Amino acid sequence: MPTKIEKDSVTGRDTTGHEWDGVRELNTPLPKWWLYTFLACVVIALGQMLLYPSVPYGVGYFHGLLGYSQRKSVDKAVAEVAALRNQSLDAVKKASFEEIRADPKLLATAMTAGRIAFAENCQPCHGAGGGGRVGYPALAAGAWIWGGKLEDIQQTITHGIRSGDPDARDSQMPKFGVDGLLKPEQISQIADYVMTLYGTPVPGADVAPGKKLFAENCAACHGDNGEGKREVGAPRLASKVHLNAGTRDAVVAQVTNPRMGVMPAWNTRLNEATIKSLALYVHAFGGGE
Amino acid sequence: MSRISKADRELQLQREAAGDHLYANRVRVYPKAVHGPVRRVKWIVLSLCLVVYYALPWLRWDRGPGRPNQALLLDIWNERFYLFNIELWPQDIYFLTGLLILAAVGLFLVTSLFGRLWCGYTCPQTVWTDLFMLVERKIEGDRNERMRRDAQPVTFDTVWRKALKHSAWVFIAFWTGGAWIMYYVDAPTVTAEFWTGRASLPVYFFTGLFTLTTYALAGWAREQVCTYMCPWPRFQAAMLDEQTLTVTYQGWRGEPRQRGKRDAATQAGDCIDCGACVTACPTGIDIRDGIQLECINCGLCVDACNHVMETVGRPRSLITWDSLARQAAKAQGRHEKLRLLRPRSVIYAVAMLVALTAMGIAFFTRSSVELSVERDRAPLFVRLADGSIRNGYTVRIVNKTAAPVAFDMRVDGLAGAKLAVADAPVTAGSGEELTLPVATDAVGVYRVLLTAPPGGQTGGQTGGQTGASKDVDFVLTDPTTHVSTRYHSTFRGP
Repeated sequence: MPTKIEKDSVTGRDTTGHEWDGVRELNTPLPKWWLYTFLACVVIALGQMLLYPSVPYGVGYFHGLLGYSQRKSVDKAVAEVAALRNQSLDAVKKASFEEIRADPKLLATAMTAGRIAFAENCQPCHGAGGGGRVGYPALAAGAWIWGGKLEDIQQTITHGIRSGDPDARDSQMPKFGVDGLLKPEQISQIADYVMTLYGTPVPGADVAPGKKLFAENCAACHGDNGEGKREVGAPRLASKVHLNAGTRDAVVAQVTNPRMGVMPAWNTRLNEATIKSLALYVHAFGGGE
Repeated sequence: MSRISKADRELQLQREAAGDHLYANRVRVYPKAVHGPVRRVKWIVLSLCLVVYYALPWLRWDRGPGRPNQALLLDIWNERFYLFNIELWPQDIYFLTGLLILAAVGLFLVTSLFGRLWCGYTCPQTVWTDLFMLVERKIEGDRNERMRRDAQPVTFDTVWRKALKHSAWVFIAFWTGGAWIMYYVDAPTVTAEFWTGRASLPVYFFTGLFTLTTYALAGWAREQVCTYMCPWPRFQAAMLDEQTLTVTYQGWRGEPRQRGKRDAATQAGDCIDCGACVTACPTGIDIRDGIQLECINCGLCVDACNHVMETVGRPRSLITWDSLARQAAKAQGRHEKLRLLRPRSVIYAVAMLVALTAMGIAFFTRSSVELSVERDRAPLFVRLADGSIRNGYTVRIVNKTAAPVAFDMRVDGLAGAKLAVADAPVTAGSGEELTLPVATDAVGVYRVLLTAPPGGQTGGQTGGQTGASKDVDFVLTDPTTHVSTRYHSTFRGP
């Protein structure tokens, strides 16, 4: 309870008049500069309350006199960046591949766009850096199934493979085993021969019947010596790069009930300039032709 | 818990009650003009410092077309420091560290020998304060006139003189701030841009900032900067010892001080207590109180006192440069030799020499070409159709030379391996050796593919282990100078 305001003999200051068990409190007001700064902050805060979104109504809120909104602000910033990006990508869209590669600045733009688009869209299947994985071609290896020129890559990305797009790359491998075209032991013989093409022959296997069966059933698409045929998307077999696991079992499985990869047509998701950039980027992994 | 004892606290309260507070208001210092040899040396050093400061950015230095032709340019925007024929890139920043170490140790050495020479003569705070005081004296008059003016009611004469003084100060401060900017951007260009309003915002901002700080620190704060803001006076005590030369009042000769006439009967010393040393002091201290942290060792009191000593017909050098040890000896009537060579000074000198040698070696052996090779992390390696194994590397070549160079690159440690540039827009060739052109004063970036032929190229190839790697060295050669740079990396296989 406030009692008596008196002067403290030691400091020369007044007390507040509060006393607790004989302990009296000195009246030490806030420093002036602090007080005025605080008051200024209050005034500024009130101003901000009026100008910016502040008071919740329960349903809705006071939008502020400036009509500011963080959502609008983000949308604007995103639109600005998109406009800026389209400016540089426009140049990529208009130029031919040769023109882009001859212009270091334009190439850098395309490569950056390609790198980002690849990481967002392609990497999950083809692996970082185009390393590939079982069932998904290694783009960096140069073992192209449908062609490795810039235009080929652009075509593949744009329309996809077995994607349902009218211009998609499409082909079917017969289901030799499932449809009864070949007997299981014949398939086994073919697998023995294909392993020689892979360069990892099965020890002690007789490959002559397999070679004959290959010439009759497989060579039409995969080539007489397993060199593959790009027109029909038949992978090269005489190679160390395999679309499958590269084992005899994998070959048997593929001939019995073929697995045929599907790649989406990216023209529904990516614009022309981005696809062009992607083609350049993929080409530069080291496998480009 | 407070360590102040009750007795101490009571003593403090008593002092405060008597008006003796821990906080003291500034006592304005009105330094009196001084003439003499020390003052002359100080003017010369001041002029030299100012001339170098203002003129250095205008010194030109031809570096060839397309390169800045300013002798000293700290081009932060383009990440290059130019010092005459030296060009520093961001990765050479340790030279700046070396320079700072050298400056610090140099300061220690000089301080241990001759006291605070830096503070008294070359510190920018001292130089500009001295300059501002000169302006003040020319406009408002010397000590006595200024004191009278400040004590009496404001007159028109005082007002216009003060206005003129502050205008002159701001003018000098502006040129100081303007000159500062010229160390960072081309001086003639920025001058033209500045006055036509085309200079960048940072230029105007920093000019303004340094104008403001110069005006405030040299015009208003003055000795308070040295006493309260600067850390140097606080730790200089660690460099000083009994042998250090400092500005010293020879108490054994001067005391007991006494005003007025003296005869053989009085036991008075040489000091006539005229206060000339005190009024001359730019930091407002009494040198007769001994060595103190406010003293910047400028020696103006030496000139002031010598003048008085000559007038009263006593020997000069009542205040002089001397060491504590020699003073103690003189007080006992002995003479002691000045010892400049002491463990402390020798250690500082050796430290300085070591820093200088290390920097010199680093500087003269620093290469004008740098190479770095970064291996692709994904995929770790690529198997090609014929069974070859290929690794990708990002190669960065820093060309600091004044001409474009078409470097030769080869790889050691991988027999039969082939090099190629991935998707090079320029013909770089491929095979055992590559040609990688890099423009002058630039960094060339290439993605290089290294392909090892099938069979046995990696340690783990036969055993079918994964993660086997082989050590390889990328060797970059400048075909004109035949100087090679190596960079160690690895080649990974299955």
